Amino acid sequence: MAVELFRIDDRLIHGQVVVGWGQPLDIQRIVMVDDAVAASEWERELYRMGVPEEMSVEFLTVDAALAALDAILADARRTIVLTGDVETMRRLVAGSAGRITTVNIGGLHHRSGRAPCLRYVYLTPEEREGLQAIESLGVTVTAQDVPVCDPVPLSDVLASTGA
Amino acid sequence: MPRAVIAAHGELAAGLCSAVERVAGRGGAFVALSNTGLGPAEIEAQLRTALAEVGDLVVFTDLPAGSCTLAARRLQRELPGLTVVTGANLSMLLAYALSSASPAEAARVAVTKGTAAVAHHGGTDGG
Repeated sequence: MAVELFRIDDRLIHGQVVVGWGQPLDIQRIVMVDDAVAASEWERELYRMGVPEEMSVEFLTVDAALAALDAILADARRTIVLTGDVETMRRLVAGSAGRITTVNIGGLHHRSGRAPCLRYVYLTPEEREGLQAIESLGVTVTAQDVPVCDPVPLSDVLASTGA
Repeated sequence: MPRAVIAAHGELAAGLCSAVERVAGRGGAFVALSNTGLGPAEIEAQLRTALAEVGDLVVFTDLPAGSCTLAARRLQRELPGLTVVTGANLSMLLAYALSSASPAEAARVAVTKGTAAVAHHGGTDGG
């Protein structure tokens, strides 16, 4: 399959995704799954603006992504599937019937209500539960902001308290 | 002197301010903002604060697809007069800081100067 990464990243499309992962993995397509962005032409245009010409980008709701999941997985283009929050990825994994096997936590940054785990991962209690729910579905969940860093297993992420 | 915010990855913005100060003594034209450790809402909030501090509605960012650029473009909805310039480099920022034009015009000239500063000289494959 040509989906290289299922990634949770609250910055959605940004430098780490387009350049940090995009260049070494030769990413050709980004599929952003976000109900709010998919519903807003202004938001879609904002994110499209940042994507290099050689990379295509698609904006889907969770329901549309699940309906198209077989096609997304079968597409030959090297792809990153991106969500901006844990709950969207949990819904995607829950509806995927085992077709999603790994999830990357790329960045969930500091904001009110979130406690520090890693430098680039801060979590609310609900987000911790959501990630555990994803893992309980047989998915390997690791945190890794950029490819040159080692992936950190979810158990280590949840046990960490330092940013 | 026109003023502006530089918003970039890592310590780049602070480094560019430092370089402008060294070359032209105009580092004070800029307020530096790093996106390190910040989510999108926090970048936007800090950008809003930094723009209030500088007083002029100009932001220089590094990557066109970066989170600083996205935050700045979002702010344009509430600040329609905001100029956002991506791909900042030292030549561009020097041109801006040394300009006596309005901030918007200084930013236009700075883009021309900054673009002209990018060049490729010599080099051979396998060397």
